[in-house]
Amino acid sequence: MSETNKRNEHGKRAVQTTGHSWDGDLQEYNNPIPRWWLWAFYATVVFAVVYWFLYPAWPVGGTYTKGVMNTITYTGPGGEERTTHWNTRALLMRDMQEGTHAVRQREYLERVAAMSYNEIADDPDMMAFSRSVARGLFADNCAACHQVGGGGVPGVYPNLADDDWLWGGTFERIEETIREGRRGFMPAFPQFNARQLDDLASYVLSLSGHSVDADAAARGDDIFNGPTGGCMYCHGEGGTGGPAQGAPNLTNGLWQIVDVPSAPTLEGKKALVKRVVSEGAQRHMPTFQDRLSDAEIRALAVYVHSLGGGQ
Amino acid sequence: MTGSTVARVAIYPRSVKGRFRNLKWGILGLAYGVYFLLPWLRWDRGQGPSQAVLFDIPGRRFYLFDLVVYAQDIFWLAGLLIIAALLLFFVTGILGRVFCGYFCFQTLWTDVFLFVERFVQGERPARIRLAKAPWSVGKAAKLSLTHLLWLLIAMATAATFVLYWGDAPSLLVAMVTGEAPSAAYVTVFFLTATTYVMAGWAREQVCTYMCPYARFQSVMFDSDTRIVGYDTGRGEGKAGRAKLAPGLKTREERHAKGVGDCVDCGYCVQVCPTGIDIRNGLQIECISCALCIDACNNIMDHAGFPRGLIGYTSEKEQSGAPVRVLKPKTYGYGLALLVAVGALTWSVAAREPFELSVTQIRQPLAVTLSDGRVQNNYELKLTNKTNETARYAIGITGLQGAELEIGRFETVSLEPGRSVTLVAHVRVDPDEARQAQQDFKFVVEPVDGGDGRGEPRTWRSVFYIPSLERAEVSLVH
Ligand code: SF4
Ligand code: SF4
Repeated sequence: MSETNKRNEHGKRAVQTTGHSWDGDLQEYNNPIPRWWLWAFYATVVFAVVYWFLYPAWPVGGTYTKGVMNTITYTGPGGEERTTHWNTRALLMRDMQEGTHAVRQREYLERVAAMSYNEIADDPDMMAFSRSVARGLFADNCAACHQVGGGGVPGVYPNLADDDWLWGGTFERIEETIREGRRGFMPAFPQFNARQLDDLASYVLSLSGHSVDADAAARGDDIFNGPTGGCMYCHGEGGTGGPAQGAPNLTNGLWQIVDVPSAPTLEGKKALVKRVVSEGAQRHMPTFQDRLSDAEIRALAVYVHSLGGGQ
Repeated sequence: MTGSTVARVAIYPRSVKGRFRNLKWGILGLAYGVYFLLPWLRWDRGQGPSQAVLFDIPGRRFYLFDLVVYAQDIFWLAGLLIIAALLLFFVTGILGRVFCGYFCFQTLWTDVFLFVERFVQGERPARIRLAKAPWSVGKAAKLSLTHLLWLLIAMATAATFVLYWGDAPSLLVAMVTGEAPSAAYVTVFFLTATTYVMAGWAREQVCTYMCPYARFQSVMFDSDTRIVGYDTGRGEGKAGRAKLAPGLKTREERHAKGVGDCVDCGYCVQVCPTGIDIRNGLQIECISCALCIDACNNIMDHAGFPRGLIGYTSEKEQSGAPVRVLKPKTYGYGLALLVAVGALTWSVAAREPFELSVTQIRQPLAVTLSDGRVQNNYELKLTNKTNETARYAIGITGLQGAELEIGRFETVSLEPGRSVTLVAHVRVDPDEARQAQQDFKFVVEPVDGGDGRGEPRTWRSVFYIPSLERAEVSLVH
């Protein structure tokens, strides 16, 4: 096509050369760009300058040029009006308060707050919504201890994804746990001698099917279920647990407070149990009712319930 | 002209009548009819809005008559783009830049703006005169009217575009009463401005300087490709072109003097919307609109010469060689096009009545329950893509002795177009399982509703038992 462009006998659009030539005959066409193009370029420059004046732009020493459109007002988390220098974070805050999605989410949360747990559990939409809201809440508030997904840390922070609950796994009990926090306390038994401790540990391990010395276990049984230890006051007769006080169920092979499975030998397992008996145990989960709204606590309870073992 | 920039040379295309002009009006009428009326077409589809074509962004689905495109089907758009590209290659290889000349929005809207310009200011000479005339009330009135009409058309164009993204009647009312979302106004403003500037001011500059297609069209051309071409041999003769003058009136007289058939009337140049002289050969600016063909044919008819001095031709045809339409390139692009169209059609036709996806929850991957069984959790996502409410039964298969617990949703009812996400707990007794990782399937079956398309669908998943994994590892070592 450019070949034909060169023809200029008839057309007035002959392409001129820049006048340079190399190697004798190598020349450069002059195809100038249109002038409006240049003006469009200048317009972008002007736009940039206007932008500098409007918005925060240039770093100057320890500070920066502030711009004219330099404040932004949004509603803070507590409902108070806040005005700060313009920044995208404040813009996001405003959007999270006033944006259409934020408003929709709030409406949904209000519905969650107004529904009973049974109604939520029957409604797949509300279940899905509660779970998706609570996933973020859980990550912010709970995952540091209980881990993302609620798997817990063996022996330290209870696993919320199995069906073993220290304080009960119904919606209501979970809500109470989140709302008020929990203080788990098992008294220490320093008065027990080595033999008593060994007997007790044998009995406790036998409850979850470990093969131990039968005589030792029988003696441990007396301590556990009798007045010497009085363990059954909390752990229940036969060690089935007492969710009212957060006393673990000792019969199911799941260990929330002592990481028995981590010890490879029976002696090791016994040692772990003995230590808890002689030193006692104290666990503390903080209260969340001051940090989270009722609707959030409700959604969180639904989420925890659905992690795997809700009752 | 040796500076680094040049001022634009204003172009005042003359109107023309003829075959191609009629074709262009026809296509323009059709395109405008579809574009401006489509949002107003109602469509009863049993679910969702009753607008034939609606792009519902917040709801994340596109409604195209009876087809509802969900967000997860958006790859169809990629298919559509591939088809459009292949069609362009295919057509361009055979017919040249027909897209540019007949179907391109820039061409269509510029055409209408030109029509308005001529309607208000008159034919080419009148417009040139008006442009050169000193300012007067009459000139100001004519120019304002032109620009006003342009702005109105641009605004109608912009507003119509917005109507595709919401319920047209209520959205239009909302826009007029000032209650529409700000995005609507921003779009209207932006599209009005661009339409006005592009079709009113920039015109051929878009084709020449901005359009990328103009830049790579030539790679699709070959010597068989149809182009708008001037028959130099016939037009120029030995002694060049010459005006119709005494003694140069008939072809015989002209041929005797070695003069060609081109009467140098300049009509072909005057009608050209990109302002080029086709007699200099094919140029990058030529959008193949064929208006110069109409113009020259009119002149030829007038002079009593045969038509076709400018015509749709090809390099080969011009040199007298036979033209091949069915060349390897045609077959290649044609085949690719057929495959792409076939694949998209198949994909659309075979779309599932409901969509299922299962992901395993990996944190934690597995937990042991108090009865000794191992539990894995899965997240199921189910979307009802039919036009009626359907109830789905959810189960598993291929996992011996497993129990599925899915809250209260062994069956779940879904309204048309709705999705739901469920958590499924699967429990297995490790004593009965042999492998640490075992494949199994989720089975979802519509038990009623769903347009009677009740085949169950399965989704492969894996069940992990970490304690067995440890056992296997120790066996290996
Ligand atoms: S040269 Fe002819 S076909 Fe090409 S743009 Fe001009 S009028 Fe249209
Ligand atoms: S319209 Fe035909 S006759 Fe007139 S100048 Fe163009 S090519 Fe020549």
